Amino acid sequence: MRRHCLVSGMAVWLAGTLPAGAFIAYVSNEKSNTVSVIDTDKWAVIKTIKVGQRPRGIEFTRDGKFVLVAVGDDDTIQMIDTATQEVADTLPSGPDPELFVQDKAGKILYVANENDNTVTIVDIEKRARVGDLQVGVEPEGMAISPDGRFLINTSETTNMAHFIDTAARQIVANVLVDARPRFAEFKRDGSELWVSSEIGGTVAIIDPAKHTVTTKITFDIPGLRKEAIQPVGINITADGKTAFVALGPANRVAVVDAASHRVTKYLLVGQRVWHMAFTPDEKFLLVTNGISNDVSVIDVAALKVIKTIQVGELPWGITIAKQ
Amino acid sequence: MIRLIVGVVVGLSVLVTTALAADPLEIGIGYISRAGVKPTLSLVEQPAENDGVAGARLAIEDNNTTGKFLNQHFTLDEVRLRQGDDAAKAAVALADRNGFIIADLPADALLKAADAVRDRGTVLLNAGAIDDRLREEDCRANVIHVAPTRSMLADGLAQYLVWKQWKRWMMVVGSHEQDKLYAGALRRAATRFGAKIVQERIFEDTGGARRTDSGVTLIQRQMPVFTQQAPAYDVLVAADENEVFASYLPYRTWDPRPVAGSAGLVPKSWDAAQDQWGAVQMQNRFRKLNSRRMTALDMQAWTAARMIGEAVSRVNSGDHKTVLYFLKGPDFSIAAFKGQRLTLRAWNLQLRQPILLVDGRMVVSVSPQEGFLHQVSELDTLGVDRPETRCKLP
Repeated sequence: MRRHCLVSGMAVWLAGTLPAGAFIAYVSNEKSNTVSVIDTDKWAVIKTIKVGQRPRGIEFTRDGKFVLVAVGDDDTIQMIDTATQEVADTLPSGPDPELFVQDKAGKILYVANENDNTVTIVDIEKRARVGDLQVGVEPEGMAISPDGRFLINTSETTNMAHFIDTAARQIVANVLVDARPRFAEFKRDGSELWVSSEIGGTVAIIDPAKHTVTTKITFDIPGLRKEAIQPVGINITADGKTAFVALGPANRVAVVDAASHRVTKYLLVGQRVWHMAFTPDEKFLLVTNGISNDVSVIDVAALKVIKTIQVGELPWGITIAKQ
Repeated sequence: MIRLIVGVVVGLSVLVTTALAADPLEIGIGYISRAGVKPTLSLVEQPAENDGVAGARLAIEDNNTTGKFLNQHFTLDEVRLRQGDDAAKAAVALADRNGFIIADLPADALLKAADAVRDRGTVLLNAGAIDDRLREEDCRANVIHVAPTRSMLADGLAQYLVWKQWKRWMMVVGSHEQDKLYAGALRRAATRFGAKIVQERIFEDTGGARRTDSGVTLIQRQMPVFTQQAPAYDVLVAADENEVFASYLPYRTWDPRPVAGSAGLVPKSWDAAQDQWGAVQMQNRFRKLNSRRMTALDMQAWTAARMIGEAVSRVNSGDHKTVLYFLKGPDFSIAAFKGQRLTLRAWNLQLRQPILLVDGRMVVSVSPQEGFLHQVSELDTLGVDRPETRCKLP
């Protein structure tokens, strides 16, 4: 979700010319039909924006001018103008858009439409639907390879990660993963694709060149039943060393050594932790807690939860960029 | 060494390419459904002619969408029995063409069908019979149970009633055999979870039409009288599987009390109102295909056909023995829009599943309830657990 913002401007921010907190986070609240805007300097909600019905997938455009939010029950994607912090326009999509990803240039948007087994291709500038791709049953997770050549879509009932050649717009490989794959994330160097399986309870590490699952990360939390461990959001640091996996109703974020694929720690956050985003300096990781209606702030270096911010009802997605 | 590692890895993952020229792997699934449609008291609950099989048809579509990428193709071979037809004969005929049969049959017919195809190793998936004995003293090694049991349904309901502190139950039981079985499951649930049945009454089925022009007037006189002079109670629990009286009870009890069991708050495997955990997509797909809403039986049949599809995609084989071995193994689980993975109880091949509590318009709650703990799976707080089982599979 925050891939692009890191790519677009991280070098500038890392130079240290801005204070650590000069970032802004947008959180989609699935039940309230709102987006909460969080100032990371104050760690407080500074505005609540009314959007369409059932907002879920949310992401800054690569130029930072808009925040795109998929409003599934309105069958569209709304564009929030980041200057006015109001909904300014809409993008077409198929029925029930949930997650989406932009191409490297920020011109093309690929949208997973849960209701009709398709990925819709949208020209952002022209605000026009330019094509559709047939994928498996209930497409959900979306990622784009760092070189921009492959689009990944996961389908929840088909239990696959589809590799789609972005130039030819064709599926070139399908990799079977565990039940209900929700989210896909590349390592920044493109060496690994991580796919979380919510019901299977695992994260598959896929070799993107060979299209094979090389290993699976499993989670074992003392005192918790296996069924409660439901991995969803995945975020990997830019150096590829540490990964965070949100474990849904297990109410924990797993910290994973991204080289050995071993879980090193579990951080207790709010209830039904879903998606996450780093601040562009990677000092903090913000995670949405659906059932407790808040966002937990994790100090990435200390691996500690330092703050909880109340947002709207059923917070789902989050995206962060420079103020 | 590297080769060796790669070999191991391929063993646990499946690599698939799209350009598949070879003939697809063909997997035939039979579907056998019972004769006749059960008449219900409520007109809106009257099952459709294709109740059940409609769910299996959707699962075949879902399996084939996946199969397109794996070069696997699924077909459904449907047989509907008529009054007097022999289920065993029909099952044998289906087994000639299919390695798997989804069955929506009464208990005795199911056992006859299972035994008739046992020697050829045909796998039966019980989508329709909730009888506990099929998973206990009458269990079979070639029958997987997708439908929940009566005891799972009763336990799911009881946990909620106890959580709600409605612990004093007045129970009304119908006069049919199934009603007595359900009452037995409810009594067991009350004992397990700390509720008390303060009184039981029998509602005799004296026959008569379910719908008459002045029916309401009569019912309004009967039901308050039938439920009067009861000891103090919190909730009226009705066991009426044959649709004789339970739906007449809500709003008509002598004391103003909620009704649960066969009417009011009803435990079910699925409901058209279920919209959590991605279920909306499922409900939409079902409605698009069948132009009606999805019932519990539809869901049980969908799950059965998806279990076969899921196993076939994992083992990349249509051989029923290989598939059954995988289904029984520790790696099998199925996603069925219930918020958690569903697995099989190894000791009797019953699918573990949450139970929805529905009121006809909304899903009121989902059991197991918080706080009902279990050392293996909280889902095993529902129904007969391993230490109590009477099933001995070879």
